[in-house]
Amino acid sequence: MQGILGRKVGMTQLLTESGIVVPVTIIEAGPCYVTQVKTAEKDGYTAIQLGLGETKQKRLTKGQIGHLRRRNANLPMLRTLREFRLKNVADYSVGQKILADIFSAGERVDVHGTSKGRGFQGGVKRHGFHGGPRTHGQSDRLRAPGASSSGTTPGRIYKGKRMAGHMGDARVTVLNLRVELVDPERNLLAVRGAVPGSKGGLVLITEARKQSIEFNRAKGK
Amino acid sequence: MSNLIASLDAAVARPSLPELAPGDTVKVHTLIVEGDKERVQVFQGMVIRVRSSGVNKNFTVRRIASHGVGVERTFLFASPRVDKIEVLRHAKVRRSRLYFLRGRTGKAARLRERAA
Repeated sequence: MQGILGRKVGMTQLLTESGIVVPVTIIEAGPCYVTQVKTAEKDGYTAIQLGLGETKQKRLTKGQIGHLRRRNANLPMLRTLREFRLKNVADYSVGQKILADIFSAGERVDVHGTSKGRGFQGGVKRHGFHGGPRTHGQSDRLRAPGASSSGTTPGRIYKGKRMAGHMGDARVTVLNLRVELVDPERNLLAVRGAVPGSKGGLVLITEARKQSIEFNRAKGK
Repeated sequence: MSNLIASLDAAVARPSLPELAPGDTVKVHTLIVEGDKERVQVFQGMVIRVRSSGVNKNFTVRRIASHGVGVERTFLFASPRVDKIEVLRHAKVRRSRLYFLRGRTGKAARLRERAA
């Protein structure tokens, strides 16, 4: 599973040769650097750690600076570090640059991000409850959640009962987005459809986990 | 960041197409696929609105087809299917959306000409 870190730029449209409009999200993906390679012998699992976003040294803590300097003097000061679990890490070495060209147009990817925070929201917005009737003598029932359980049996509220509460600002993954465009010179990826989070938000792009049957067959899985 | 989007949108701009204004009478040449052949179809009528900007900039042309049936078609400026636009006539109009033309037919649907 290959992956890269990026920042959401925004949405626009592409047009195909036959004039069909394709809605796309532009992601500024990379350049990323491999900052650490985790191995089964040393760390108990295999993964690579990628860094994104060069920054000034004074913006990092001494711990972060030390981590970046420890293995390879050529790593730039990177603001964001994230890990990608991989089966085979033998091809990666610290300091290696990862660019958007690891993906090509037509491939399927999963995009992980942090959804926009909505604050404390009621059941109607958060879970799609219908609310109460507006008429027939009702008052203060318009966006009420209704009953939350039965009576004496079970005599308690089940755990996980959908109620009002904090909404958004959670990790969201969108599966199987088609890569429409790759521009390695400007580090841009365009994926079809929407991507979680606000503009400028961090997103992780990985090879799609649930590919089509045809794709898996071709790969011999 | 949004400048990046603007620059991507600029890549699909078609500078060869003319600027259109509501009230213009135009001939729009579009490529259509018929069976396995491609041919040019011309749609002539009056521009009743130009809306949005960037990649999504589009315009609507109204024409009176046979039996006095009004037909409106919307075209994207960025679409590769739009081959050519000819502007035949400009009209003097005071609003940007000429929806009032929908209720009018014949002589009442005429607009005063404006020199380009």
